[in-house]
Amino acid sequence: MSSSAADPAPSPSQTRAPGAPDAADAPPSGPTGPSRSEDPRRGRAKRRPGDMIFTGLSVGSGLIIFLTLALVAIFLTVRSLPAIRDSREFGGGADAVSLWEFTAPLVFGTVFAAVLALVMAVPVSIGIALFISHFAPRRLATPLGFMIDLLAAVPSVVFGLWGGVWLVPKMQGLYELLNTYLGWIPLFAGPEPEPPMRNLATASIVLAVMILPIITAVSREVFLQTPRLQEEAALALGATRWETIRTVVLPFGRAGVVSASMLGLGRALGETMAVLMVLSPGSSFSLHILEVGQHNTIAANIASQSAEATPDVMARLIFTGLVLFIITFIINALARAIVARSARA
Amino acid sequence: MAQAINVEDLNIFYGDFLAVEDVTVTLQPRSVTALIGPSGCGKSTFLRTLNRMHEVIPGAYAQGKVEIEGQDIYAPGVDPVNVRRRVGMVFQKPNPFPTMSIRDNVLAGVKLNNKRLSRSSADELVESSLRGANLWEEVKDRLDKPGMGLSGGQQQRLCIARAIAVKPEVILMDEPCSALDPISTLAIEDLIHEMKQDFTIVIVTHNMQQASRVSDRTGFFTISGTGKPGHLIEIDETEKMFTNPTEKQTEDYISGRFG
Ligand SMILES: Nc1ncnc2c1ncn2[C@@H]1O[C@H](COP(=O)(O)OP(=O)(O)OP(=O)(O)O)[C@@H](O)[C@H]1O
Ligand SMILES: [Mg+2]
Repeated sequence: MSSSAADPAPSPSQTRAPGAPDAADAPPSGPTGPSRSEDPRRGRAKRRPGDMIFTGLSVGSGLIIFLTLALVAIFLTVRSLPAIRDSREFGGGADAVSLWEFTAPLVFGTVFAAVLALVMAVPVSIGIALFISHFAPRRLATPLGFMIDLLAAVPSVVFGLWGGVWLVPKMQGLYELLNTYLGWIPLFAGPEPEPPMRNLATASIVLAVMILPIITAVSREVFLQTPRLQEEAALALGATRWETIRTVVLPFGRAGVVSASMLGLGRALGETMAVLMVLSPGSSFSLHILEVGQHNTIAANIASQSAEATPDVMARLIFTGLVLFIITFIINALARAIVARSARA
Repeated sequence: MAQAINVEDLNIFYGDFLAVEDVTVTLQPRSVTALIGPSGCGKSTFLRTLNRMHEVIPGAYAQGKVEIEGQDIYAPGVDPVNVRRRVGMVFQKPNPFPTMSIRDNVLAGVKLNNKRLSRSSADELVESSLRGANLWEEVKDRLDKPGMGLSGGQQQRLCIARAIAVKPEVILMDEPCSALDPISTLAIEDLIHEMKQDFTIVIVTHNMQQASRVSDRTGFFTISGTGKPGHLIEIDETEKMFTNPTEKQTEDYISGRFG
């Protein structure tokens, strides 16, 4: 629309015909007649109603996001205040429930499960993403990419079902092997695993499968954006495909992979259904991921308890929610810091 | 170490599209051959078949023979990776590796070839390559700074240093000065002049003064129309090509540009 307005017009009457909607759009741009033909130049500086509406809309949406976030934070804080007030630590008396003993193992379980999932998912995701972006023939790469996107859309309850019904019995053999031969690693130590294998290891595997698609999809996008000229520079020096990836593609994609991983971590931290349906809960700081009934996560705990919670239990649950909220915030801030730093390097 | 390149009946394709047809030519060792011709006639395409970079484009392939040191680089069983280690390339736009320091950029190709390199021999190689590219004096105090921090002309010379560090036999240059100012261009032309002692150099250029300044021989490519394949019309001593070419097409092109 600006192109028609920007055309230098020989006569005002000619300008007005195509420019009529413009004139209607911009009532303050002056009356009719000769001044219309000069309008485009000065009109640039004027605020067009379209721009103003759009600015208003985008500022408004930004405010709404900010407001929602603030409301959630306020809700979590206000509603968890009773739990803090009544806790043993903050003056609820010696026989009151300890907020620390309630929350800390949950935080431990949440972070532990998410980190394990991330450790498993990231290398596999990078591998798949590289395969799609650099190794697979195009005929294979496109459907593969499509399937990854589909996998990202599978509801978590389906993953939970799959994990709880199919994966749990399948894992027994592997876990026994790990426990017997790699038992000197703290992760696999502990008593011989007892079926059903509803332990943190299985839960983390399910979480890893769940966050795989998002990490893969984002990494693939980043790898595909590697400048062609950079890749050709490496190839022309006699780099093999893998060497090209190592010298050009991975360094270029590093920041993107980090932020993809953080997206995945965020999802793993907050995942509820899958964990709830796979993990048999416990409340310890155990490092033994093969042991059943040792761990639980904040989100799964809230989901399993909130239906029949008394007001004071509810306050405690909301307090754990607040903690999860803060953890997610910190993870996001960290991710941004890492991305910003590697962007500068 | 400089080697002649024998090209025989070379046809170059992008998928079904025949881009360059039937090139037969010998490129002399220890000399500079310039390739000129109108846009789209296949100069870059031809150049990239000399180090098998053409085929990295999906669907692109070449038929025919390209012999370097008597060995056909398109023979079955020849690994393009090894060909590219013997035939270096400098691109139109400077493309140092953005995540690497100046030093690491120079060493990038060598590290691919043989991973182990003692600190002192690496230092020596960095210095000799940068000297070879006339860049040493300008960067010797900041070898650990990123290569992207250099000016465009310096970046291009860094790319030349990176290419000569692996001691190739042939160096291909595709319009290496087209993104540079006249001073940097002169610096690189001088460099090309010195480098021909050691390498066989093939350079694509749109600048005919440049071709006449730097090259010993000049080849003229053209196409008869869009969608038609490009042909090598004539190749001869640069002097003769610019004063008294055999083919009328060459004369028209050259005089059209000069007149
Ligand atoms: N990646 C590609 N895929 C398909 N066709 C291509 C590709 N690159 C080049 N071509 C075609 O091949 C022909 C030769 O192109 P080429 O780039 O070799 O010309 P050129 O002589 O280098 O031109 P210029 O002087 O503009 O660089 C042109 O018709 C071009 O459209
Ligand atoms: Mg070209």
